[in-house]
Amino acid sequence: MIIKFTLNGRSRKVDVEPATPVTDLLRETLNLTGTHVGCDTSQCGACTVLFNGDAVKSCTLLAPSLDGAALTTIEGLSGSSGSNRLHPMQEAFHENHGLQCGFCTPGMVMTAVALVTRNPAPTEAEVRHGLEGNLCRCTGYQNIVASVMAGAVAMNEPAIGE
Amino acid sequence: MKSFAFHSPGTVPDAFALLNDVSESKLLAGGMTLLPTIKQRLAEPAALIDLAKIPQLSAITVDGDALVIGAMARHIDVVTSAIVRSKVPMLAHLAAGIGDPAVRNRGTIGGSVANNDPSADYPAAVLALDAIIVTDRREIPASAFFTGLFETSLEPNEIITSIRFPIPSTAGYAKFKSPASRYAVVGVCVAKAGGRVRVAVTGAGPCVFRVPEMETALEARFEPGAIASIKITAARLNSDIHADAEYRAHLVTVMAKKAVAAAIQGL
Ligand SMILES: Cc1cc2nc3c(=O)[nH]c(=O)nc-3n(C[C@H](O)[C@H](O)[C@H](O)COP(=O)(O)OP(=O)(O)OC[C@H]3O[C@@H](n4cnc5c(N)ncnc54)[C@H](O)[C@@H]3O)c2cc1C
Repeated sequence: MIIKFTLNGRSRKVDVEPATPVTDLLRETLNLTGTHVGCDTSQCGACTVLFNGDAVKSCTLLAPSLDGAALTTIEGLSGSSGSNRLHPMQEAFHENHGLQCGFCTPGMVMTAVALVTRNPAPTEAEVRHGLEGNLCRCTGYQNIVASVMAGAVAMNEPAIGE
Repeated sequence: MKSFAFHSPGTVPDAFALLNDVSESKLLAGGMTLLPTIKQRLAEPAALIDLAKIPQLSAITVDGDALVIGAMARHIDVVTSAIVRSKVPMLAHLAAGIGDPAVRNRGTIGGSVANNDPSADYPAAVLALDAIIVTDRREIPASAFFTGLFETSLEPNEIITSIRFPIPSTAGYAKFKSPASRYAVVGVCVAKAGGRVRVAVTGAGPCVFRVPEMETALEARFEPGAIASIKITAARLNSDIHADAEYRAHLVTVMAKKAVAAAIQGL
């Protein structure tokens, strides 16, 4: 079936087999491998993307459900303000060493961006609660939480020099 | 995943017609349970009938003395609904505790109630508030809806369109959650409507159930102390890696007391 949707700000038209999870569409068909597949059963959050602005696990979203929707993946964050710069949340993960192996990072960043968009000044407890659907097996979460707190501040700062 | 056809009807009658015409078809809500089930080959539908393009199924309204939540209302819609927060704040609190943000952004009340997972949160509220499950063909009282482990009285191809919750004087929900999934190891919902109290327990047994002894005690005196010494028997409760039956029986009293305290605070 043919589906039409907006992917990282660009309209796309793709012919998909209905039984295709969005993870497969992104990684296999569209060569966007930034979205990672961990558990493949919506437990771990490595595949989190923004679906009409909401953080969702793309392994448990069917490609046909994208028809008419707007999807943002980790690839769509950098340069979203018109420059080639990393998104402020990505910068914050970099600055605060919010990752070790990096496998969970795309999902963490997407969840964090959605969280801060909904709640511009989250408390640390709200950040921890908001990250409950994203598992990290390396960091012990401390630096991830610090990154999201810093990213929240940065996302609210007016962009300078662009 | 094994291949299947995909249909997105725009109305409930069209969805019903598709369900009837296409053999081995299944309704798709948020897919939070159905898609992992298909991936694990525990279900092999020939077609999915998607309910996402039927806008009126997501409506949240007040109708007389009832709060009506459409089957496709997502958990996040219930959390953020001003109507829910003012009429039955307990439901917003319950929905906010389901899974994680991504699950709340896709999972629906209709899918949760239809699935009747023994540790799901909504069944406790549906039973305690004496809600009515409205389908494409009839209205089913909660007391006749949840019939067993993952079993309901829905007929084949019956579509839940909304849940009608009579607005209680007060209600509270407390759960001891699994730290991994946030499903209820034991969850208790207590609701007071006029002079009547209903206590419903999820997570503890194979299916949500009421505790009449606690209801009588709370009707006489609506405070946590009234039920502190009431212990339910562990005989038919679940034992698994999360908790054994004895511990679950203990948790029922603890969570029921917390639910009463929450109800008194108006949560
Ligand atoms: C990681 C994770 C954590 C979770 N944690 C919790 C938790 O803490 N507490 C909790 O209560 N739940 C929890 N859930 C379950 C979640 O809340 C969903 O509500 C539930 O999985 C149902 O999903 P859904 O609404 O997407 O329905 P689907 O998966 O799309 O459908 C489920 C079933 O219901 C049928 N169905 C759907 N809609 C209708 C309808 N309108 N009429 C008739 N039949 C219908 C479908 O055919 C299917 O058989 C969790 C799920 C996941 C993946």
